[in-house]
Amino acid sequence: MNDLGKRSSGSVLEVQDLSIAYGTRFGEVGAVRSVSFSVRSGETFALVGESGCGKSTIAFGVVNFLGPNGLIKSGRILFQGQELIGRPYSQLRRLRGNRIAMVFQDPMQALNPCLRLGRQMAEALISHQGVAREEAWDRSAEMLGKVHIPDPIKVMKRYPHQISGGQQQRVVIAMAMLNNPALLIMDEPTTALDVTAQAAVLDLIGELKQEYETGILYITHDLGVVAGIADRMGVMYAGEIVEEGSVRDVFGRPCHPYTRGLMECVPRLGACKADSELHPIPGRVPRPSERPENACVFSPRCDFRLDICTERRPELRPLGRGGRVRCHRAEEFEAHERRISSKETRRTKKDEKQVPREVLLHVENLKTYYTLESESLVDSVRFRPAGFVKAVDDITLKVPQGSVFGLVGESGCGKTTLIKTVLGVEPATGGTVFFDGRDINRPLRKRDLEQIKNLQIVFQNPDATLNPSYCVGRQLRKPLERFNIVSRKDVRAKVEELLRAVRLPAAYYDRLPRQLSGGEKQRVGIARALATEPRMILCDEPVSALDVSVQAAVLKLLLEVQGLIDTTIIFISHDLSVVRYICDLIAVMYLGKIVEIGPADAVIRPPYHPYTAALLSAVPVPDPACGSSPVRLSGDVPSAVNPPGGCVFHTRCPWRQLAPGGGEICSQSLPQRREVGRGHFVMCHLDDALLAGLESRPVQEPAGVVDYEKKRVP
Amino acid sequence: MRAVDSTNILESRRKARRLLNLWRFVWSSKTMLVGVCIVLFWVTVAICAPLLTRYTPTEQDWKSPNHGPTKEHILGTDELGRDIWTRLVYGARIILVYMPVGDQAIPGGTAIWSVFAALVLGCTLGLLGGYYGGWLDEIVMRLLDAMMSIPVLLLYLIIVAALGSSAVNVVLAIAIVGTPGIARLVRGLTLDIRTREYIWAAEVRADHPWEIMFLEILPNARGPIIVDAMLRVGQAVFAMGTLGFLGLGIPPPSPDWGSMIATGRQFILQGSPWAALWPSIAIASLVVGLNLIADGLREESTRYQ
Repeated sequence: MNDLGKRSSGSVLEVQDLSIAYGTRFGEVGAVRSVSFSVRSGETFALVGESGCGKSTIAFGVVNFLGPNGLIKSGRILFQGQELIGRPYSQLRRLRGNRIAMVFQDPMQALNPCLRLGRQMAEALISHQGVAREEAWDRSAEMLGKVHIPDPIKVMKRYPHQISGGQQQRVVIAMAMLNNPALLIMDEPTTALDVTAQAAVLDLIGELKQEYETGILYITHDLGVVAGIADRMGVMYAGEIVEEGSVRDVFGRPCHPYTRGLMECVPRLGACKADSELHPIPGRVPRPSERPENACVFSPRCDFRLDICTERRPELRPLGRGGRVRCHRAEEFEAHERRISSKETRRTKKDEKQVPREVLLHVENLKTYYTLESESLVDSVRFRPAGFVKAVDDITLKVPQGSVFGLVGESGCGKTTLIKTVLGVEPATGGTVFFDGRDINRPLRKRDLEQIKNLQIVFQNPDATLNPSYCVGRQLRKPLERFNIVSRKDVRAKVEELLRAVRLPAAYYDRLPRQLSGGEKQRVGIARALATEPRMILCDEPVSALDVSVQAAVLKLLLEVQGLIDTTIIFISHDLSVVRYICDLIAVMYLGKIVEIGPADAVIRPPYHPYTAALLSAVPVPDPACGSSPVRLSGDVPSAVNPPGGCVFHTRCPWRQLAPGGGEICSQSLPQRREVGRGHFVMCHLDDALLAGLESRPVQEPAGVVDYEKKRVP
Repeated sequence: MRAVDSTNILESRRKARRLLNLWRFVWSSKTMLVGVCIVLFWVTVAICAPLLTRYTPTEQDWKSPNHGPTKEHILGTDELGRDIWTRLVYGARIILVYMPVGDQAIPGGTAIWSVFAALVLGCTLGLLGGYYGGWLDEIVMRLLDAMMSIPVLLLYLIIVAALGSSAVNVVLAIAIVGTPGIARLVRGLTLDIRTREYIWAAEVRADHPWEIMFLEILPNARGPIIVDAMLRVGQAVFAMGTLGFLGLGIPPPSPDWGSMIATGRQFILQGSPWAALWPSIAIASLVVGLNLIADGLREESTRYQ
């Protein structure tokens, strides 16, 4: 019935009233509750939601990957008109990889590290279509060309670890498309990739959409990606779909408080803390066991809650504008546009003219090289290393007191090594680090207690930032006791004060980290850094691993904390819109060098470095009306073991031929640091006029504050 | 007053919930339940030894040597007419409950003490090697390699022959043999845990390295270590049996299971297997029980790490 040639224009996947639960030692736990949506052929349906909302569960439920304790309680899943639930394993096996393909988040885990790529790809064709080996290889190579892998024949003979993350994901997508599936399920395929690699993969998916008639079920938490790639979307919260519709409708007029809240939380590129505020959604996502049976699951956190919301669960109702919403007040939201009043822009204290303050951290010509062991016998005997990984290569920067200094770069550019060197955890190979006027270029244990106390750090991964064996209170006591901040009998009171400062209840003193959510753990991490009242806090991607609504809350908290103890923050991130929002100064790093540094609003507008232009255009904007920008970097980040000579960026620079001498100079000599504005430096051979004319996505002007009155839809 | 009451109620509720969770956990794995039953049986028997039998382990009955199970001797007698059940029960005591040191006895049997000593030594060496790395790690590893390269029995023979056979020396021998395995395990876990951010946080606080190793790293490695320790108790029981069989264990007339098998072995073909059979079943059942518990613990202990 489902032969390859036939392609119905009807729905490829139809999910009706699906409920999935997991059986645990404590009984059944409901994960997904009466979810209905459909994916038509040639259309991309995005399932958006934060962690724990059940979107991956639905994806696994469709192909029956739920595991031994996953139960489909009720509902139907129709694939091209045929029921999937209850099908025997052998029939499902013929569908998977053939008619239904799946692309997972981590490409390294999706590819078998022991088999060559060609063999893995050909396997898909051979086992499902019975194609001969030669033909399978040829078709695989052709597919690799379609996904823009350079030199496909060579890549077919390689192993997965020999290609980069972005290329691996493209290979996985190619493998999925080989059998021309009717349905492609993608579970956060770009989350593990760098910004520029993500942009390239999203472009690729857009191209594939044009060429094939595959229906795509795209699961993500990133609204920007949804706006760029999806036709229709469904927003999930705590296991239920709360809003569904076409992307234009939902973005233009969101009719559910949660969707509105999500869109409020995302900092738009161009918005800064001085003229807009992020509005995080108060409260936290309920645990599956805490979800109410007969009430709106979002009501505890909703600003527009009425009595009826806690008494009756709303139905998923169709709206006039198209789409469906699960809210009792949906029609009221639909009737009113989101009011944007530019006059009511709230100005905070930071808008005042910044008084230039003295420099707190001065890094001069800092170098941190890691030595590589040589593999030749001669070199080992002579104790000569094979080479160096130049993680931090001649970096100079000055961080003024009381500012928020942003460090932007992709993975492998050396930002973590830089802060490790400043902290003293890694030894510097050369250069100086001055903190508060004194040289601290020494291993951590040899520094003064004062210096150690004044330099604290907030980590990236909230799950690993706290010791799982001890309760929160004990972990907050440690810095207090170590540095004798308060006397022994006052420690508990001080810990509770710290908890309050990060907006956690004092009762959390006795909780273990595994009982806290990701955002709460990150807040405890901030409290721990705050305990010694340091002069400088280094934040290593503190919000990258958090959900969007939690990100907003943590960013607000960081700004409050900074105001509270007048500390300086170095904020590392790869997300330019977050960095723009929160930082006063930005430095852009690439392969161990700072390519651009300056005030935040100067850096994100031309003239800027070509790499900054590419980063800016790679940021997915949560606005479907905004077209995508054409600036794309080719190739991948070169390895830090063999950085390119001359300007490190020249191998990927799209404007290289505009340089004097047709680009020759870029591969030969390192560009000097040039001032292009007040306090704004760029390291590039292109002259100022050219830099000013670089095309990128126009930066959105701040739209002003969207103002809602509580409990009454304006 | 009310605040204190409510905290007390919360405390007791918390404890009750923890007990309930423990019960649920034990019940959820049938294999572990069997293991727990077996080990509990032996521990109870060992503790209540004097109450379960009216004989003493050295009481000889010349009139009935090598008899099978009868009404007076439930498991039979050995070649000197001693009641086997009594000797089993008191042998379990030595292994599990109290250990004779010189003239006195300290609580905790030989199997427990030997594994404890191996844990202490192994954890320290593993933590040192894993945390510091570099040349210290190399030295520790080669030391452990040297210890592992000597065959186990030979090591036992050397230690016991040099120091004499007593309970303490048996414990020492088993501890030394068990240290490399635990050390390698702990070193591997340390290498992994050392990369976590909370260790980095402790280093940024300039905590003392010993504090970091024993208070930050070790508690998070306790899952696999506990499982390994359980297995080693079983191995220690077995090792004691071997040593006793070879005549290197605790000197007679101590009711050591291994030496019971050694002396009883000669009489199997003569038609009285009882003196060798019952101690063998005892060793086997105890080791199997401990292994079953270890299997059940393995999944639970690594759940939150």
